[in-house]
Parts: sequence; structure tokens; C-alpha cells
Amino acid sequence: MSAVPRDPAALPRLGWTLAALVLLWPLLRLADFEPVRLLDEGNLRAMGHFIRGFLPMETSHDFMALLGKAMVETLAMATAGIALSLLLAVPLGLAMTRGLSVSRIGPGRRAWIGTLVRALVRALLAVLRGVPELVWALLFVRVFGLGASAGVLALGITYGGMLGKVYGEILESTDGRTARGLLEAGSGRVAALFYGLLPHAGGELVSYTVYRWECAVRASVVMGFVGAGGLGQLMDQSMKMLNGGEAASILLTFLLLVLAADGLSEFLRRRLA
Amino acid sequence: MRAGISPAGVFGLVLLAAAAAGSFAFLEMPLGALFTGSAAREAVAFVGRFIPPETDPAFLAKVGWAALETLAISLLSTLLAVLGGVTLALPAAGRQGPLARQAARFVLNLLRSVPELVWATLMVLAAGLGPFAGTLALALHTTGVLGRLFAEALENTPRAPAQAVTGLGAGPLAAFLYAVLPLVAPQWLAYALYRWEMNIRMAAILGFVGAGGLGALLYYSLSLFHEAEASTVILAMLAMAIAVDGASAWLRQRMAG
Amino acid sequence: MGFSLKGVGLTHANGFRALRDVDLRVACGERVALVGASGAGKTTLLRVLAAALRPDTGRLSLLGTDPWDASPATLRRLRARIGLVHQAPPIPPRQRVVTAVLAGRLGQWPLWKSLASLLYPLDPEGARHQLARLDLGERLYERCDRLSGGQLQRVALARVLYQQPDLFLADEPVSAMDPALSELTVALLNEEASRRGVTLVASLHAVDLALRHFPRVIGVKEGQVLFDLPAGQVREAQLRELYAAEGSVPMAGLAVLPDAGQPAAAAPPPLRCA
Repeated sequence: MSAVPRDPAALPRLGWTLAALVLLWPLLRLADFEPVRLLDEGNLRAMGHFIRGFLPMETSHDFMALLGKAMVETLAMATAGIALSLLLAVPLGLAMTRGLSVSRIGPGRRAWIGTLVRALVRALLAVLRGVPELVWALLFVRVFGLGASAGVLALGITYGGMLGKVYGEILESTDGRTARGLLEAGSGRVAALFYGLLPHAGGELVSYTVYRWECAVRASVVMGFVGAGGLGQLMDQSMKMLNGGEAASILLTFLLLVLAADGLSEFLRRRLA
Repeated sequence: MRAGISPAGVFGLVLLAAAAAGSFAFLEMPLGALFTGSAAREAVAFVGRFIPPETDPAFLAKVGWAALETLAISLLSTLLAVLGGVTLALPAAGRQGPLARQAARFVLNLLRSVPELVWATLMVLAAGLGPFAGTLALALHTTGVLGRLFAEALENTPRAPAQAVTGLGAGPLAAFLYAVLPLVAPQWLAYALYRWEMNIRMAAILGFVGAGGLGALLYYSLSLFHEAEASTVILAMLAMAIAVDGASAWLRQRMAG
Repeated sequence: MGFSLKGVGLTHANGFRALRDVDLRVACGERVALVGASGAGKTTLLRVLAAALRPDTGRLSLLGTDPWDASPATLRRLRARIGLVHQAPPIPPRQRVVTAVLAGRLGQWPLWKSLASLLYPLDPEGARHQLARLDLGERLYERCDRLSGGQLQRVALARVLYQQPDLFLADEPVSAMDPALSELTVALLNEEASRRGVTLVASLHAVDLALRHFPRVIGVKEGQVLFDLPAGQVREAQLRELYAAEGSVPMAGLAVLPDAGQPAAAAPPPLRCA
């Protein structure tokens, strides 16, 4: 019997492992990875003091009123942000949908205009969602001052970019034959959309929007860290003053809000499915 | 043929419109003021201050360093989260009894529900300012997300291979490595790469609360009204996100083969 | 002592009574074929013999040990001595053939060896030897999802051959193979069992295969033993009753009998099932 061939995967495996180990070292250096720091006396004392402050939680009447208002503000920010993002996403998403292109069905002489427009829209959406919402918020705070307006606009822009892209993708992947038939029969784009595409894709579109709303609630929660209102602002203040009792109340509210948004979103999406 | 919108849909739309209107009213947002001529002029002037981006070599070097730091934070935190996620996913998938399953799910939900930035403020307190705090913060939140996804993948995995290997007298660890991991690994990897794409974006803004990376630079630049510098940093963030998306897609394709 | 069952009954979680009151004694070194219609309880019986399913009633002794009365460590040691070839090979598709075969010794290897072998196969020689017996020696480093159903079944068989169990169980080990290959493979199983002096129990769909290769044939119907006879004494009427539900008696058809069909007539080996 001939000798058993050597494992052909051994060398590549060794190479990849070594490469990973060699890369890991600078990564650890760059990230200042020193778990010992967690046990540093000063840090431990600060954290211990802060956590001891968690109990009793702050429940004074004034603070609860403030917390309630911040909570409603957070929800309102998410909802208004999504509403604003729809103003961006719906037209841009539709513009991206080739299934609704009139020039594509005929021997369109100006088909290249449509192609160009779609490419531009795609690039615009990529930039809108490529910059994180918190960066937009930070910028808008400079223009509109502290407060929820900056947060709403930031959400509107980032989520407009995300929703627009996904709307376009959903409509593209929908069975386009009905819409094409309508367009060929001379009907307008809007009619083709309502009678050709929405009956197929409506559920998925709404479901994704609801999911994004849930994400928006989570995002609104932290908008306050850059001064854009809501619960985050309260949290930021409490953290800066190292007020554990207030922080604990706010954290608990965070959790409840996020879990409630989670639950509501899942309920709605299951109803739609 | 059915029209695009059913009565329930109309009701939903009305509800949505009402909720949106109520939200705008509550926030007292002067929506109209946004579309006036003076607001437009102000916005154009504001945007103009960002052009052209700062290209001073010394500043570019600073941005490059911060970008590397951001990359390190995103990679390490994803790696830690994979380890943590696997550790918690095994009990969360019900492999160690119903009690462990409930406990693990609770921990995962807790980790996941607290946003990265909130974790970051807490970690800055626990580990001091700097990228280490950011790494921990991202790792904690991502552990919650990945743990849940990993557990779902585990639950949907056929059990026969693992049973066959325990039938050979193998212990639980050997059975997991020989008969469960090869089944779930592709999906786990895809989830981890997807979270890496999210984490590079998050790592870029954790600096707002003092947790290192590009975010700190952006925050200072904007605080000092150096818009040209800020614009360079934002461009660097965009480039990083696009580069990581590409790397992740490439890896996913390689692993799928 | 091979194994013995006394009054063994088993009802599955879905309420299906797979085994009822089975009495069975198989001596060390015996080679037994299980035949019967699908759903008769052959797979359940084999999984009980592999200490993978716990019967609800009755007494069970495998290689001299009651598995469900033993400590977890004893149970693991017992399982390491029992090898079951599953009908649908439970091998992860992305695993490599060499790893799938070497997994046969996971119950015997210390943990460090199992882990190391996952990164760098520690006994490719041994794996290739067993694969070569099944004509798969060349596929050692290929991934299992590149193999056909019949080839995968042979990989699963190679795993148990590599395990070298003292009680060799096989659940329709040739169901995905063509008649000629089935013949060869069943012969190989018998040869291996007699050479090593271990007990072999195999369920087979094709009755003629069972009758040609096994000294003892057990007919299973509706969870009970219908007959338990030397192969030469099985009558056609009994087979027709066994397969009454299926209408006809399944046959592989007589393939050209290969030379390897008869076990080598060497001196009887020492028995390994005590």
C-alpha cells in the first residue's frame, strides 16, 4: 500500500492561524486591551460607588415626571423620524425600481437617462445611510441647537437611506409581470404600482418599516448623548454626576421601552405575515 | 384584481399619520421653518464650511491612527462577542436543561437591550477613557445579539449527528466539536461578519462618550468648530464602513464554498 | 455474553409502540440478520442495543452490563465498545471524510487527542486503511458533501470499522448501494466480525442478502419477534407472513457472488465480547 498522502489542508490552516495570531497582537495594542484595568483600584472604587448608588432607585415625583416626559419624547422622536424618512424613502425607492420604468419596455431612445437616474439615486441613498445617525445628529445639533429636532432629522435621513434601498430591493424582487403588463397596456406608473406591485409586496414593505421603527426607538434612546433630546440626555446628565439612583431608574426605563418596542413590532409583523 | 391597499391598510395609514402628527406636535418641531428661505441659506452656509476637507498631513496621520484604532475595536469586540455568544448560546438553546435556558435567555436579552452607547458610558466608568472601554461596550451588546442568533441556529440544527457521536461514547465537548459545530459554523460565521459590519459603524461613534476611535476626533473637531477636519473624519468613517462591507462580503463568499 | 433482552418494551414519545415484550439472547461472536417490513421496529431494536434508547420495560444486558443501571462513566465506556452504523449517515456535510472516520474512536481517545485531531488528523493511516477496504481510499481528504449517498454510507461504515467495536450493529447499511456493492459490503461486515470474533447484528431490507450471508435470521413484525431461526430453516410462508403488509418479499436479486463472500476458514479467533 502506498504511503498516506499528507493532509493538503494542513499548511493553509497553519498559515491562516499564524497570520491571525500575528494580526491579533497589534489589534490588542491598538485597542489598549488591558483587562487588568478593570481591577484597577480607582476604577473599581468609582464603579463600586456608582453601582452602590443604584439602590434605592430614584423615584421622586419630580424625577418620575421628567422620566415620563423623556420617554414620550423618545417614542415621539422615533415615530416622527420614521415619518420623515418615509418622505425620502418612498420617492427614492420607487425611482430605483426598474419594474416601474416606462422607458425599459419600449424601444426607449432615452433609456440611458433612466439608468443614470437610478445610479444617482443609489449613490445618494448609500451616502445617506453610510453616515451613522448619531453623526447626523451631532451635525444637526450645531445647526438647530440642542433638542429633539436634530434627532428627528438625523433619524429621517439615515433611515430614509436604509428604507429607500430596501424598498427598492423588495419591489425589484417582486414578481413584476403584472406591473409590466399594465405599463405595456399604457397605464401610468402610479396605477402600475398600486395594482401591479403593492398587492404582492405590500406586506413585506410594511413589515420592514415596522422593524425599522423598532430600531429607531433604540436609536432615539441614545440620541441624547449628543444633545438631541430624549432619555439619552437624562442618562448623560446622571452619568456625569455619577448619580447611581437616577441612572438605575433610567436604565430600567430603557429596558422596558426597548422590550416593549420589540414586542409590539413582533406582534405587528406576525399579524402581517 | 385586488387594489394595493385594503381597508385595514387604510386604517393603518390613518393611524400612522395620526401618530406622526402627534409626535411632531409633541416635539414642537417647527417643520415649516425648515423649508423657509433663510433656513435653506443657513444650511447651505453650514454645509459649505465642510468643503474642502482638511488634508494637512499631520491631521491625516491622526485620522489614520484613529481609523486603525476603530478597526481594532470593531474586530476585537466582534471576536469577544463570538466567544461570549457561543458560551451563552449553548445553554440558551436548551442543551443544559430548561432552567439554564431561561437564565441564559435572560442574560442575553439584558445584554442586547442596553444600547452600545449606554454600555460605553458604563464601561468608561469601569475601565477608564479609551478604546478598551469601547471594545468592552461593543462586545457586551454584540454578545447579546449574537448569542440569540447563535442559539436560534443551534435549535434548528438536526440532532442526529451529535447523538451518533455520543453513541460512540464521546463526551459532550467532543460531540459538539465533531457533530454540531460543522453544521452551524457557516451560519454563525455569516452572523458574526454581519455584526462586524454593524460594529465598525458603532466603533466609529463610541468616541462621543470617550471610548476611543474616530468618534472622539469628530467630537473634538465639531466642538472646536473645525468643520473641515470633521469632514475628513466623516469621509474616513464612510471609507471604513465601505471597506469592511467589502471584506465581509469577500470572506462570506470564500467560506460558503 | 453477547447481549440479552428480557421482556423489553418501548413506546416512542409520539405514542407509537415500537417494541413489545421482546426476548432475545445472542451469544458472543454470533452473526444475526434482522428482517421485517419497514416500521416493524428493527431500527428501534438496534438503537436499544446501541444503548441509545432506553426501554420502558424489561431487562437489558449488553456485553455483560445493564447500561441503564450503570454510572455515566460506565455507560460511556460501554458505548465506546458498541458501534452502530446508522441508516441515514449522520455526518455533517461539510466535514472531511478523514475526520468523519476518525470520529469512530472519540469514545476511546482522551479529550486532548480528539481536539488535536480536529485540527490535524492524527491517524490518517488508520482511516485510509478502513476506507480502502470499502474502495474509498482515494477520497480521504474530500468533504462529505461531495460524495454520493452510497459513498456516504460507506464512510459511515468505515467509521464503525475504525472504531473496532465489540458489538457491531448496522441499520440497513447498504440501502443506498447497488446490488453488487451491497453483496460485497455485507460480506465484508461478516468477514470483519468473524475475523475479530465480535457479535454482529444487521438489519437488512433485502431478505435474500440476509439468508445468504448470516447464520441466524430474526424476523421482526409489529415490534415483536416473529421467528428466530438458522438461515437454512426459514420457510417462504414465514417470509410472506412477515411482509404481509408490503405485499411482496423484498429481494436484492442474486448478484454474482464474489469470492470474498465466504469468511476465511482460519482458526476461530478468540471471542471479544465477554
